[in-house]
Amino acid sequence: MTPYSSEHLLHVLHAHQQRFHYISDQAICEIATRLHLPRAQVEAVTEFYAFFHRSPRGRFDILFSNCTSCGNLTLMQQLCDRLNVCMDQTSSDGLISISQTSCIGMCDHGASALINGLTVTSLSEQIIEEMGNLIESETPVSAWPTSWFQIGNNIRKEGLLLTEALEPGAALKAIAGRSSDEILNEITASGLKGRGGAGFSTGLKWKLCRDAASDSRYVVCNADEGEPGTFKDRILLNSHADTLFEGMTVCGKVIGASQGYLYLRGEYRYMLDALLTTLQNRREAGLLGNNVLGSGFDFDIAVVVGAGAYICGEESALIESIEEKPGIPRIRPPFPVTSGLWGKPTVVNNVETLVAAAGIVLHGHHWFETSGTWQSKGSKLLSVSGDCARAGIYEYPFGVTVAQILEDAGAEDVQAVQIGGPAGRLIGAESFTNHIAFEDIATGGSFMIFDTSRDLLAVIGNFTHFFDHESCGFCTPCRVGTTLLKNGLDKVCSGHGTAHDIDELQRTAALVSRRSHCGLGMTAPNPIRDGLKVFPQLFEARLLHQEMEPEFNLDASLEEARSLTNRDDAEAHL
Amino acid sequence: MSDPMKKTIIIDGVEIPFEEGQTIMDAALAADIYIPHLCHKPGLSPHGSCKLCTVDVNGRAVSSCTMPAEAGQEIANNTASLNEARKTITQMLFIEGNHLCPSCEKTGDCTLQAIGYHLGMLDGHFPQFYPRREVDASHGSLVLDRDRCIMCELCVRASRECDGKDVFAISGRGTKRQLVVNSPTGRLVDSDIELDDMAAHICPVGAILIKDHGYEVPIGRRTFDLHSVSETDLDEVILKKTKHHDQEHETAEKEGGVYGV
Repeated sequence: MTPYSSEHLLHVLHAHQQRFHYISDQAICEIATRLHLPRAQVEAVTEFYAFFHRSPRGRFDILFSNCTSCGNLTLMQQLCDRLNVCMDQTSSDGLISISQTSCIGMCDHGASALINGLTVTSLSEQIIEEMGNLIESETPVSAWPTSWFQIGNNIRKEGLLLTEALEPGAALKAIAGRSSDEILNEITASGLKGRGGAGFSTGLKWKLCRDAASDSRYVVCNADEGEPGTFKDRILLNSHADTLFEGMTVCGKVIGASQGYLYLRGEYRYMLDALLTTLQNRREAGLLGNNVLGSGFDFDIAVVVGAGAYICGEESALIESIEEKPGIPRIRPPFPVTSGLWGKPTVVNNVETLVAAAGIVLHGHHWFETSGTWQSKGSKLLSVSGDCARAGIYEYPFGVTVAQILEDAGAEDVQAVQIGGPAGRLIGAESFTNHIAFEDIATGGSFMIFDTSRDLLAVIGNFTHFFDHESCGFCTPCRVGTTLLKNGLDKVCSGHGTAHDIDELQRTAALVSRRSHCGLGMTAPNPIRDGLKVFPQLFEARLLHQEMEPEFNLDASLEEARSLTNRDDAEAHL
Repeated sequence: MSDPMKKTIIIDGVEIPFEEGQTIMDAALAADIYIPHLCHKPGLSPHGSCKLCTVDVNGRAVSSCTMPAEAGQEIANNTASLNEARKTITQMLFIEGNHLCPSCEKTGDCTLQAIGYHLGMLDGHFPQFYPRREVDASHGSLVLDRDRCIMCELCVRASRECDGKDVFAISGRGTKRQLVVNSPTGRLVDSDIELDDMAAHICPVGAILIKDHGYEVPIGRRTFDLHSVSETDLDEVILKKTKHHDQEHETAEKEGGVYGV
């Protein structure tokens, strides 16, 4: 198994996009022929993932994050103006294209963007100005100031996982000679629950997979941390990759898998080389490959890199993506533990879960379960960002209060906190005494702070647009509903909404939450629902106090005609 | 009282039997209970995308076409609130495409339209999306009008599972999803679809139509003029009939046509 298969459809399309700046009809045919895939499958995959384009992008292709924490669209507009291009339109000389992308996981680094797939952080007006010069002079990105591409860890508080770096092989040596049951019991006794947010018992998941009848099984690590405001896995992948791979290997040993996959989000491609080096070092040290540590156990790990699709964080969509298909969540049941990758029993675990599992088998379950609360054992890594003095990674034992985190991060005049990202909960000051725990406020790790200077309705609008952009479109409620919610909220935000529109938002939101196919649709209305519950006055203040305002705004609809005829005088308005 | 030895589920208070491996939809259809559905067709693998067949099982929302029947399930199906949710979902399907029933050849034979009537839908309720989608009229005998496609993927599955081909797929994401053709040019004429393929006839709406056979059956005597969409053997009626129901007592055989498979 190649650790990074250059023949994987996602990787082939990435390489082609890098070289030719888009995927043409002809390219789709050629790639389909070369990979022996149906042409329509290649087309479907190309059009599903946001980082692949069907029309030419610029030689400098820039995607600005539109996240509330690592995005700054004013800077994007500055660069558009500086280079005289419009968003989403490639300049006629093919030099530059500028677009938006969902959160790229740099929320502790200020305004950030992807430039030809590479991450630049800490953008400022001055850097944008310099960037404009470099683009105009066609200076290759490799010759740009290296300081722009620096990405730090920003660890502010260390706990169980972050204080120590495991010696490569330590956990594997600790399980040498122990039976699958013994290791499983250790994991189960620790009380470890999945760190992606859903909180399923890790021990039980491994056991279900191990006990499913099959001739082969797989371990998959979900490193597709796409929830806006989350960047904790970035730090683990950057500084604890050995521990992560060790956790995957332990899982492989327990369930009887010989192959693991790390599914890395496309936004983190800059870490690919380092991860592959770590894998190679482990192979050379006998910690991966045939006969791991002379135990007769074979296990190897390959990396698959995504291409801009939040939905691939859903475990069955992620599996589809590894199988070179669009990331459409599967029908459940069956669950991946019985029918996952290529129909085989598969464990899909979050990065943080696997890192914790490695620590647990090394130190024993007491090390882990003595931390945290009754129902939430161990620690949780939080990605803290937004309006605070010290954004970064905070590792707390479960049970910490929101207020404590706000104090540690140096947040003042806090209006609201979004916990668990847009799919999570929006809370106001009255809930700051609540605790981070599965039994109180559960989170995958995103913790976004908004102070009183923020227009919270715009934040809710941002999240609502995010789900509309990321809905895979498989089921009707989510495909149509996320767009209806976006349009409805835009109407309210623009000052055209009435009480009727709020009722409509509530009704559509309830339907999308309850009737959607997967977790994306079920959580997509959360920002609007929480917003209406916790901050109803913000919506109320924006409403027109009349019975009804038509959906169809006649004057706004004439905008295209005005623009075509180059008129904007009073006569051209209603 | 339910017999613990017998495998049964309860739908709207009625106890019905099921066999191992059946979904709630399978068991319901076998017991002559209608659960509204668009993307489901007995004989094809279940899909669970349209969500019209959403039911509440012990209070939890599930798609009945994909959820395995299990003893003890208490299922709410034909309730006012579920039918209201289904009506909203139907309205969503109408407004996201371009459905102009009066000028569509499929009118009266269209399952989407019939479900709209069945659920008492009087309007689209939501603002129209007015998407721009391409028509593919390249094929000599078939036309693909994407304006009416509801992404149910019945043609995709029929082609793969019944015809042994792979003519259709869905591409794109979100509301930009669209039906694509798996041919070198992406056009229907260059695919290996044939007129007697099930994929050519399975479309529940007017997205895939047979050319040269328009308006042979007058409006007023079409499928849903004579049948209710809630007849549970309707899938059999539509799929297996070699001639139109309207001609059952006539001797003349129809040649192919929209209704014959």
